[in-house]
Amino acid sequence: MILDALVQLCQMMVVLAFAPLLAGYVRKVKALLVGRQGPPILQPYRDLLRLLRKEVVLAHSASWVFRATPYLVFAATWVGAALVPTFATGLLFSYAADMIAIVALLGSARFMLALAGLDVGTSFGGIGSSREMMIASLAEPAMLMVVFTLSLLAGSTQLSSIAAYLQGPDVGLRVSLALALVALVMVAIAENARIPVDNPATHLELTMVHEAMILEYSGRHLALIEAASFVKLLLYVSVIGCVFAPWGIAAAGEGFAAYLTGLAFYLAKLAVAGLLLAVFETSIAKMRVFRVSDFLGAALMLGVLATLLRFVSRLT
Amino acid sequence: MLEGLLWCIATLLATGVAALALARRPRIATSLVYTLSLGVSLVGLLAAGAALLAPARFGGTLSLPVGVPWLGAHFELDALSAFFLVVINLGGAAASLFGLGYGRHEEAPGRVLPFFPAFLAGMNLVLIAADAFSFLFAWEFMSLSSWALVMAHHRRPGNAAAGYLYLLMASFGTLGLLLAFGLLAGPLGGYTFDAIRLVPPSAAVCAVVLVLALIGAGSKAGLVPLHVWLPLAHPAAPTHVSALMSGVMTKVAVYGFVRIVFDLLGPPAWWWGAVVPLLGGITAALGVLYALMQSDLKRLLAYSTVENIGIIFIGLGLSLAFEANGMTGAAALALTAALLHVFNHALFKSLLFFGAGAVLGATGERDMERLGGLIHRMPRTAFAFLVGAAAISALPPFNGFVSEWLTFQAILLSPALPQWLLKFLVPAVGALLALSAALAAACFVKAMGITFLGRPRTPAAAEARETDRCSQAAMLILAALCLLAGILPGYFIDALAPVIQTLTGTRLPRQDELDWLTIVPVAQSRSSYNGLLLFFFIALAAGLGAEVIHRFASSATRRAPPWDCGFPDPHPATQYTAGSISQPIRRVFGSVVFRAREEVDLPPPGDTRAARLRVRLHDVPWDVLYAPLTGLVGFVADRLNRLQFLTIRGYLTLVFGALVALLMVLTVWQ
Repeated sequence: MILDALVQLCQMMVVLAFAPLLAGYVRKVKALLVGRQGPPILQPYRDLLRLLRKEVVLAHSASWVFRATPYLVFAATWVGAALVPTFATGLLFSYAADMIAIVALLGSARFMLALAGLDVGTSFGGIGSSREMMIASLAEPAMLMVVFTLSLLAGSTQLSSIAAYLQGPDVGLRVSLALALVALVMVAIAENARIPVDNPATHLELTMVHEAMILEYSGRHLALIEAASFVKLLLYVSVIGCVFAPWGIAAAGEGFAAYLTGLAFYLAKLAVAGLLLAVFETSIAKMRVFRVSDFLGAALMLGVLATLLRFVSRLT
Repeated sequence: MLEGLLWCIATLLATGVAALALARRPRIATSLVYTLSLGVSLVGLLAAGAALLAPARFGGTLSLPVGVPWLGAHFELDALSAFFLVVINLGGAAASLFGLGYGRHEEAPGRVLPFFPAFLAGMNLVLIAADAFSFLFAWEFMSLSSWALVMAHHRRPGNAAAGYLYLLMASFGTLGLLLAFGLLAGPLGGYTFDAIRLVPPSAAVCAVVLVLALIGAGSKAGLVPLHVWLPLAHPAAPTHVSALMSGVMTKVAVYGFVRIVFDLLGPPAWWWGAVVPLLGGITAALGVLYALMQSDLKRLLAYSTVENIGIIFIGLGLSLAFEANGMTGAAALALTAALLHVFNHALFKSLLFFGAGAVLGATGERDMERLGGLIHRMPRTAFAFLVGAAAISALPPFNGFVSEWLTFQAILLSPALPQWLLKFLVPAVGALLALSAALAAACFVKAMGITFLGRPRTPAAAEARETDRCSQAAMLILAALCLLAGILPGYFIDALAPVIQTLTGTRLPRQDELDWLTIVPVAQSRSSYNGLLLFFFIALAAGLGAEVIHRFASSATRRAPPWDCGFPDPHPATQYTAGSISQPIRRVFGSVVFRAREEVDLPPPGDTRAARLRVRLHDVPWDVLYAPLTGLVGFVADRLNRLQFLTIRGYLTLVFGALVALLMVLTVWQ
């Protein structure tokens, strides 16, 4: 019990500690790929610290929704990430939320963020909120279809059960799993505002989505929102890792050595995933906003197809 | 308890009569009617709650020698009635409390006060009726009293047409129910529910009754394509009545469907489980898409009711599919999900309508394009509306998420169904449900964001005043219940167990014995959700974040004009509007679903008139179904009109011809 609680606590700290690292790593690799030197890997930590030291500039028309949102968004994302198995399954509180609930938690965060985008009453905040909700209205069902596929395989929507099942011997290669992986990656790209759906580095008005929504934020509020988006990226990478690359995850009560190996495996997974993300982002162009619906519609259809295949191929 | 409920109904009717007598003293009548309605609803709520928790002890039957001579009036209070009575009386109590404050601004109290308690009485009566005649009588009484309330402001543009359409659709629905009961009663005319249960009808009759029940209950609940009247009629009524119609009366319709199909009709056939969820899925997705296109706040909420009715019917239909295949555990889960959503939707839809009513009372505006920034002027209303918006968007830790989560869990049990059609259909319905949940979030970001956030778009919005104490109390109580039902769902699921037990013969595992109040609906799948822990964790993480930041980070805050990429424009028209915020979704879905067309009228250079963008949306069910029908009725009526101008000779010939024709029919028949 105490050990489980410790693992849970470690998990919460691990996601918080490594999230900016992953973001910095992806930025560095992207810079290297296009022949620039790029900022140091630790730059996101420095950015966060710098933002924390700065004063907050609040618009006159901002209400309490605007001030409360960063805390709520950060909390919901962090709780979500803390319930995804990273280096060990059997988290103490994993039963509090299954995969559907984690998706919905991220939905809560996005809901608040979209409201905050509208709160000040500027055109950019509105454009960001409006587009973000359009993207979410397609990405969330696609994500839920992926969840359906996985839980039909594993017989549970609980992430730890799914991870344990996929680690087991009777999985093998399956078409529906492959479709689900593709759909999940597409959703992850869209949800984390990465190229080709959105560009995390842009401040060009025509292309901003997520950045437009948080344009009015500054100081400690911006730091929290940035941290939340780092954690969200880590969350999606962890989900993909624990479901589609479940190697090395320690089971409950396997001892200290297994946890350390699990952590090493997890870091390796982060490194590979970050590398793939950077390569993908540098090799593709940002698409027009209204092409995003085609992109995510494809993800949704892949998810539905994967689910249908599972439904049909089940014999009992 | 049943006698107590009948006394409650009698008191409500007497209150209505008293309101008529006090027509000259509107202030006294307002206080009297709403106070009495509140008290009676609370008594009814207690009685129904007791009957729900212990149906064997507090339930019962009763027959009175009124009504049709050879039949009498039969009443019964069982677990199913008790559950819906809880929903109705909770909604009724909240609406009465809201009305205590909101009703003071009523411009035509004489047109509202007598019918409000009558409407409540009618809904209560439907739920305890135990024979076809009392049921239909109560149903019509409910329809007509609500119609009178819709027509309260009949001089406002559009309201008369809305009332007419409502009356038409309500009559059509009652016709369906009338025929359904006629078929169920059989040639012997056993019109009491007990007699109907004793004689199970044949399969063909069952199929027809299902269709008629879908027409009858579906037209009242707002199932697509029978929904057309709902978004017109619900917003036309005074707002606390809109809340009752949307949050509560649609639930009476769901009750009618459950009573007929689950209770009276006997074991279901598997294809019922294909028709009902498909209708539900289409209703959910279309309803929320329509809601997204609205700029009238009350109409948006009415369309969102259509969506939620769809979600409820998905659960009901899945339950039928499972029951037809003998999977009683899964049937119990799906039915629990549907009934829990009935309860949840009554809570948050009433809350949201109250919010819209408070805004309407404070600004005189329902159009979101003319609102904005109200959170500064009406902080409590805005807070309650935010809770309702989060709950209806199925966001944890609020209650809407729990029922949608249970519905998803029921969908995940469906691969075990043997029929291929269901194997294909149910995941598709799941996708529609997921889509409508995500679109609902977009819809309520719009409703909350455009109405309450941003900067005021009109002077009326800039000078709004917070609403009165009674209205605030009604909203805050409902908001608290939304949170409570979200973080302690186990107790609510357990309270539903007697209903599920009587309808499916089994129940979900007991939830209140699990650690930390987790809910685990299906023991072997280990899927679990714990709203309490989640709420606690979010509060803890947010608190921790705030604590760390306030200890270590700069706490300096400066107020300044908005940044807006360097070009802030003080004019409120530069904000996003209700139309523009849903424009991306309209572009993605609209061209298919609404056959949306955008026309841009750009004047040539040198011409100074303003450019215009016109959007045309089509209501496809209306164009395909109703427009040809009304055209046909008009055509036939035109032709028949000539019969009014015949000579006496002509009429006599007509009578003679009719007589001969009837005699011919009789001869051929025999």
